[in-house]
Amino acid sequence: MYSYTEFDDKFLAERNAQFRAQVERRIDGSLTEDEFKPLRLMNGLYLQLHAYMLRVAIPYGTLNSAQMDQLAYIAERWDKGYGHFTTRQNIQYNWPELRDVPDMLDALAEVKLHAIQTSGNTIRNVTADHFAGAAADEVADPRPVAELIRQWSTDHPEFQFLPRKFKVAVTGAAADRAVIKAHDIGLRIVERDGQQGSEVIVGGGLGRTPMIGKVLYDFVSAEDLLPTLEAIVSVYNVLGRRDNKYKARIKITVHENGIEDIRARVDAQYALIRSQFTGVDQQMLSRIEADFAAPEFKTASLAAYESAYTNDPVFRAWADTNLAQHRAPGYAIVSISLKAHGATPGDATADQMRVMADLARRFGHDELRISHEQNVILPHVHRSDLPELHAALKEAKLATANIGLISDIIACPGMDYCALATARSIPIAQEIATRFDELKLEHDVGPLKIKISGCINACGHHHVGHIGILGLDRAGVENYQITLGGDGTEDATLGTRTGPGFSADAIVPAIERLVLGYLNLRNDPSETFLQTYRRLGPAPFKAVLYPEAAEKDRADAA
Amino acid sequence: MPKPFTPKVITANALLEGDVVYQTATGWTRHLAEAEVLTDEADADLRLIDALTQQDLVVGVYLADVAPDAGGPRPTHFREEFRAKGPSNYAHGKQETV
Repeated sequence: MYSYTEFDDKFLAERNAQFRAQVERRIDGSLTEDEFKPLRLMNGLYLQLHAYMLRVAIPYGTLNSAQMDQLAYIAERWDKGYGHFTTRQNIQYNWPELRDVPDMLDALAEVKLHAIQTSGNTIRNVTADHFAGAAADEVADPRPVAELIRQWSTDHPEFQFLPRKFKVAVTGAAADRAVIKAHDIGLRIVERDGQQGSEVIVGGGLGRTPMIGKVLYDFVSAEDLLPTLEAIVSVYNVLGRRDNKYKARIKITVHENGIEDIRARVDAQYALIRSQFTGVDQQMLSRIEADFAAPEFKTASLAAYESAYTNDPVFRAWADTNLAQHRAPGYAIVSISLKAHGATPGDATADQMRVMADLARRFGHDELRISHEQNVILPHVHRSDLPELHAALKEAKLATANIGLISDIIACPGMDYCALATARSIPIAQEIATRFDELKLEHDVGPLKIKISGCINACGHHHVGHIGILGLDRAGVENYQITLGGDGTEDATLGTRTGPGFSADAIVPAIERLVLGYLNLRNDPSETFLQTYRRLGPAPFKAVLYPEAAEKDRADAA
Repeated sequence: MPKPFTPKVITANALLEGDVVYQTATGWTRHLAEAEVLTDEADADLRLIDALTQQDLVVGVYLADVAPDAGGPRPTHFREEFRAKGPSNYAHGKQETV
């Protein structure tokens, strides 16, 4: 865990004091809303449909138990007793009042958290693989590099008014759990000739014009990384289109100019600025790396775990779906599902946050992670502690065994909260999860990612869902379009639209037809939904989605 | 041909609480049923300009379509329905106090 320096503490305190004064000046009328809006956005404060919303960064998704406890305290003291974890590893409070926000920011600063650059046309919260530092398949922990980028990008004087927002994701493993190809910059730490460096991918993004990122450099050495990033963002800052908000992201800049042209410009800029990087960043990186040293892993008997696994079917089902391979012998990575059937994806009550913090303290080397899939991870738990941990999770209604299954749905807040949304997302997620729980089919269906966005901006990552759902406003009525075959992993693929959308009443039955159709189409239970779709293409899936059209085609052919 | 003018209310969010508010003949209310319905386009434009000057009270002022009813104006679009009531996943917002 990164430890704040005196400089960090002072910077944050000053920044919070500035914002407190800005809020006071807004309330006493010295600032107009036009003047105040950019200032509040810089500090993560939005005005949504029913209330203000404060978006708090959880850098690279890492928290300790004291921080999680403080998030719980803030939820109870100034909100309605819960928080919403997002696809960008942030937490959002949906009901703060303007006067309270400076106190909330001070409470966050007490545990070294903040809301800086969670909005605005700046470099946003740097996200990372939620299994970072624990995954068995990792080349290196991506968090030191992510922290270095956070320090470089926070209050970077040249990059406070970019053409549009800018998102960076980092992974240290070949398996991509951080959707790096759908980010403005995606970094993958790789090894070449015994040296660690990064593959640099640019121009990915979802939203109105979804694009898979392109490889700009296949290997950049550690000491060249920051100058390279600085050169990329500088080129974008000048070249990015400020004339049209919808064409202002770097994905459009890369698409319109071509990756070769961008590479030539970045090379030229890099040559110009390289000498300004004298190696100080590498000294800082060494200090940061020391902060992220692995915990002292213990050794213990696995008897309790093996006994529970053999004798308790509920524990076994949970262990089979919610555990992942840890790099240390005897350890497991625990995913805590925030997707209880019928609950709001990503929401945790203050009590649940405290339970998770407590479990991290007792069993998890004091570490928690927030995943972009809106779940909470305990990255380091010894298997001997799992039976006790599972019992505590059950009591807190946090033991849903559905990670990676059909009810582990990503959903943006949608029109229940968001001022930009064109339709609701949450109720659709709730209904799908409830329906498949009733059918008792989800373990039979197997790995299947459903992702729901309530507008074209795609916060719910629908383009990379195996099944994507996009909520739109069609002539004053909610309408839901389906995309199929998307994939957010290292094989990143954008889903393809199936055809006409469905009404709010018809979307859940449509998803049910689709999934039951898959069960008939698959070769055997080991062939996943995505594999079946890739083998057969869209036609047989469209036939089950639109039975009337399929019937008409048959009649016309006869 | 320009579209005929449909009845509207002036709505915004309260500066301090962020809560949805509607304009009445004399001020602001938190309940759509108490809002003043504007049926004349020129009048609505003037009232909107006036509301936009009340920055010490409200943020994000605009005109929203409504259907006048015996019990007061009702929303005609689902977005305004959610604004008038609150989110659908929890009984929070206005529905909490009803």
